[in-house]
Amino acid sequence: MPTELQEPQSHVMTPLVTDGDSTALGLSRGKRAQPLFDPPIVRRALVDSFIKLNPRTLAKNPVMFVVEVGAMLTTVLLFRTIGAGHQGVLFQAQIAAWLWFTVLFANFAEAMAEGRGKAQADNLRKTKSDATARLITPAGKVEVVGAASLRKGDVCLCEPDDIIPSDGEVIEGIASVDESVITGESAPVIRESGGDRSAVTGGTRVLSDYIKVRITSNPGETFLDRMISLVEGAQRQKTPNEIALNIMIAGLTLIFLFAVMTLAPFAKYSVTRANAGAIPSVIVLVSLLVCLIPTTIGGLLSAIGIAGMDRVMQHNVLAMSGKAVEAAGDVNTLLLDKTGTITLGNRQAVELIPVAGVTGEELADAAQLSSLADETPEGRSIVVLAKEKYGLRGREISAHNAEFIPFSAQTRMSGINFEGHQIRKGATRSVKRYIIDMGGVFPQQVEDIADGISRTGGTPLVVSRDKQALGVIHLKDVVKGGMRERFAQMRLMGIRTVMITGDNPLTAAAIAAEAGVDDFLAQATPKDKLDLIKKEQAGGRLVAMTGDGTNDAPALAQADVGVAMNTGTMAAKEAGNMVDLDSNPTKLIEIVAIGKQLLITRGALTTFSIANDVAKYFAIIPAMFAVTYPALNRINIMGLHTPESAILSAVIFNALIIIALVPVALRGVKYRPLSAGALLRRNLLVYGLGGVIAPFPAIWAIDRLLGALHLA
Amino acid sequence: MTPNGWLQIALFFVLIIACAKPLGKFIAEVMEGRRTFLTGLLGPVERLVYRLCGVTLDPEGKPEEQHWTRYAGALLAFSAFSALLLYAFQRLQGWLPFNPQGLNQNNVSPDLAFNTSVSFTTNTNWQSYVPETTLSYFVQMAGMTVHNFLSAAAGLGIAMALVRGFARQSVQTIGNFWADLTRATLYILLPISVVAALFFCSQGVIQNLNGYETATTLEGPRQTIAQGPVASQEAIKMLGTNGGGFFNANSAHPYENPTPLSNLAQMFLIFLIPGALTYTFGIMVRDTKQGWALFGAMSVLWFAGVLTAYNFEQAGTPVLSKAGVELSPTGEQSGGNMEGKETRFGIANTALFATVTTDASCGAVNGMHDSFTPLGGLVPLFNIQLGEVVFGGVGAGLYGMLMFAILAVFIAGLMVGRTPEYLGKKIEKKEVKMAMIAMLVLAAAILFFTAAGSVAEFAKNGYWNPQGPATANLNNPGAHGFAEILYAYTSGTGNNGSAFAGISANTPWYNLTIGLAMLIGRFLMVLPLLAIASSLAAKRQVPASAGTFPTHGPLFVGLLVGVVVIVGALTYFPALSLGPLVEHLML
Repeated sequence: MPTELQEPQSHVMTPLVTDGDSTALGLSRGKRAQPLFDPPIVRRALVDSFIKLNPRTLAKNPVMFVVEVGAMLTTVLLFRTIGAGHQGVLFQAQIAAWLWFTVLFANFAEAMAEGRGKAQADNLRKTKSDATARLITPAGKVEVVGAASLRKGDVCLCEPDDIIPSDGEVIEGIASVDESVITGESAPVIRESGGDRSAVTGGTRVLSDYIKVRITSNPGETFLDRMISLVEGAQRQKTPNEIALNIMIAGLTLIFLFAVMTLAPFAKYSVTRANAGAIPSVIVLVSLLVCLIPTTIGGLLSAIGIAGMDRVMQHNVLAMSGKAVEAAGDVNTLLLDKTGTITLGNRQAVELIPVAGVTGEELADAAQLSSLADETPEGRSIVVLAKEKYGLRGREISAHNAEFIPFSAQTRMSGINFEGHQIRKGATRSVKRYIIDMGGVFPQQVEDIADGISRTGGTPLVVSRDKQALGVIHLKDVVKGGMRERFAQMRLMGIRTVMITGDNPLTAAAIAAEAGVDDFLAQATPKDKLDLIKKEQAGGRLVAMTGDGTNDAPALAQADVGVAMNTGTMAAKEAGNMVDLDSNPTKLIEIVAIGKQLLITRGALTTFSIANDVAKYFAIIPAMFAVTYPALNRINIMGLHTPESAILSAVIFNALIIIALVPVALRGVKYRPLSAGALLRRNLLVYGLGGVIAPFPAIWAIDRLLGALHLA
Repeated sequence: MTPNGWLQIALFFVLIIACAKPLGKFIAEVMEGRRTFLTGLLGPVERLVYRLCGVTLDPEGKPEEQHWTRYAGALLAFSAFSALLLYAFQRLQGWLPFNPQGLNQNNVSPDLAFNTSVSFTTNTNWQSYVPETTLSYFVQMAGMTVHNFLSAAAGLGIAMALVRGFARQSVQTIGNFWADLTRATLYILLPISVVAALFFCSQGVIQNLNGYETATTLEGPRQTIAQGPVASQEAIKMLGTNGGGFFNANSAHPYENPTPLSNLAQMFLIFLIPGALTYTFGIMVRDTKQGWALFGAMSVLWFAGVLTAYNFEQAGTPVLSKAGVELSPTGEQSGGNMEGKETRFGIANTALFATVTTDASCGAVNGMHDSFTPLGGLVPLFNIQLGEVVFGGVGAGLYGMLMFAILAVFIAGLMVGRTPEYLGKKIEKKEVKMAMIAMLVLAAAILFFTAAGSVAEFAKNGYWNPQGPATANLNNPGAHGFAEILYAYTSGTGNNGSAFAGISANTPWYNLTIGLAMLIGRFLMVLPLLAIASSLAAKRQVPASAGTFPTHGPLFVGLLVGVVVIVGALTYFPALSLGPLVEHLML
């Protein structure tokens, strides 16, 4: 029985690689996709950029903190210069201003990344604020109370148009529920007592019928509460790789601090010996320092992490931690449930094979008759096949004194008694026993055909009329379109796919071969699944899986990336570290791509940031010692026209590159599923070599512009 | 540059490549305690050493594995003890045997003895003194030569400890310091040194305990000709990448390095073990391609250095050309910049020697680096600043390069979409932190000591620096003088020991600061690396897949070279631009 009104999302395939545009990262834009620069978010981010100037907040980011201290220092020196009426106010004022801009741009990037989540959290809060609940007291009376007063174990009644007051479990009744506030999906879903579809989420709305709900969460601990804090990033903790990267750029910052600090005594020696020029001023040294320290990655690092989480969110997946998203990029083994992920979920009739002496039409006729009343997808597919291949139309059978025989666990057959004939279809063994019991003969040929179908991974259904076996229906699991290509891409990325199925090994092997997965686990029990995960992990591999049932919970908890389906049980959702609000198991593949993209973006901008320094040295060093060592002007290969302009241009470039790369940080760099070697070659070329070369023309252009505007 | 010059350079490198695999395999066997063809002969000696020194053995009779803190503790204790002993030898040499010249404590001031004992303990072999007028034969043999063995063996042990970190999984131990020290000395350094010393004797290197000879030169004046047990020290001086000369003139002295063939052998000995260690590494991590990748990156950097140095030395300078020097080579003369070079070696072999000795942390010289052209002289300086990872010192080159590999993988490895891993080991917070500490320490020591050296003021005829300000000890003004200070502290921190010369460094100020730089450069770099080794050893190995960052191909070689050069250049560009760079531009 289908328990969901909602069409399973898994039928909708999203190609991993679209055309060459910006979504070529293989990630379809989710439902929550918004333009990158949404005006309200930008406005809010602009304000936040200034709030984030608070040194106590900024101290968490060592690179930007150094820039802010530099900005303060240059500002103080600027006022001293103005007060003393010295020359060079224009230059100093511009340096100070651009240093402040550098900090603001970094703050803006972070605020933009946070903005989308904050806007979403506000919406969620609205639904939460003033819900009421009909509490059923132990005496059996219904009392209206505030949702906030509900505790674990309370029982509530929810009727049409009621907001379900808190997370809970349906203990009585069945209702259609609108969960769009959580999933963004407007089609209602069915919630009923018992089984895997009994969990309801606070904040969702009952559309029809009624349910009694036992509350399972105390206030503040509900799914909605967690979701708000997650999308808002309130509890955002730095991920392990982000921490390591922070240490590295902090270390580089110190090295450059040493290089700039010692430059003053070096300069003193040089100036004394050359007897010309002066030791570079503090403002110039601060400018050099800011240009050298990795401000680009330092300013964008947290934005990249937040945006990565947000991208997962846009795919309607709720990641419980950034660590899980990061781990997704590292996954070595993907465990995919066969049904719903790899195959369409239902077996379909693909062929009718009659025994000798029976025509195809005869068999098709019997098969169709036996299935007309069979509402299972398999039954429907038989009717469809009979119609498509043999031109048999559906018949009105109520007039013919027909009696339907439903499937039962005892007989393991279904069928119809029709115009005096007993037509049955069922598993080989069942039909065989049935015919022999009636005194008939079960031909060896039927067994051979059935075995042949089993060997190819199909399911044989034998059709009989009275004492005669007519032939065999070949039911087959249909692999979704495009899966083969996706698994090939996975392999290219070094990810092994393992299909998990309850089928027997023969069937599993055939489907595995057809779908192109690397391995399969047949007749899998939840324990087998858990053992497989542990075995993979013992070999040092990271494992990702999806699951929905309560019995998936241990495996979900053990997996490095466990994606629970939102339609699943509360236990599954608690055990996993992500919840897919669309309940689409195929999405695991996209989550992996997002994780990879997040890491690549970090690496690319780090490389770019460090590579940029080469050009800045060529701009600033000759400018610093223009008077002391005029010969050094020969390394001013950009031909920057004055020392002030050279320094200012480098500082301006350094600030602008942050803002220019905000879209890259928020959207992530393009990602294509390629082998590591190919990816590395491409990214090293673009961000490494590109990072060395790009600043030269840019700084040159800024220098010309400053000259034209008489700013330096 | 001449075809003949290139042929000699090529010959040298072919020898290094040819020996990498057989020796590398042998080293791996020795350091992992497996049987080799020498075990029958030296095994009993090894066991005797363990028994005499009270090394804790496990039930199988092998030295007990150590956690990194115990390994490091043993290293530090051993180094401190041997440094103290060497200090005592120097100060007490007047009462010790083998002293035909009657040298005593007046020849070795306390600050000089400190500097020298630190120098030889740290495998630096910076020499603020003139050996033949300072140290007795006993100190040279029992002090310097012994340290040449032990400091190299310790470096090799540290490298092995780090490699074990990559090779092992889920363990807490990284080897046994005493076993590493004993095996490296006994099976590797001693046998090769014996052969090399005999070869040097065949070339004319002296080996005696005689008093100094006096001779009358053709021009008339009397000249003292120093003697001594040179060949035995010469072999390990090169093989252990120590570089401390028996004579002040080091490998330019005809008694140390008499022929072009001995010169080739000396350069060969410098790179012999460091080159082979890349193969050892490959064997130990069970993928020799990984070792060849490091070898490849080192080769690229070595070749770039030789090319630059040879090119600029052969090209000479406009100053020489104006002075009427013939700069292009002919059949009769070498052309180019021959100042400070020995005619028996010529430009190619001097440029090669300078590159090799600073690629490695050797520091032996067969010419005056101070007399190189600015950019020719930049090569040795920059080689040391890169961390001496181009083959590098015995063990030190490998562990230095592995530190860069960790950083390279960390920076660029993210770009394949996985958290970085090297040889199946995840590079995480701890590794990055320790690698950054090691880098920071080196950069800080070089930069801050140079800064202090270029502005420090002292009273004339005072204790610290009788010449007055620290810059008064320079023989050259301006940018070249700055390069001399920079080179001194770079050489000390990098544990190289070669001198740009041109600086009178035997004063309490320089002896103390360079001594500190050497201690920092050795031990504050090694401790974080041992911590990395331990952290790696405890991790599980992630099996390689198509998604794994490939660290054995040309792409990785290019990346590694890029990271080494860019990190070095970014750190030292300001300093270099005020030294050799501007000096070149002002020519």
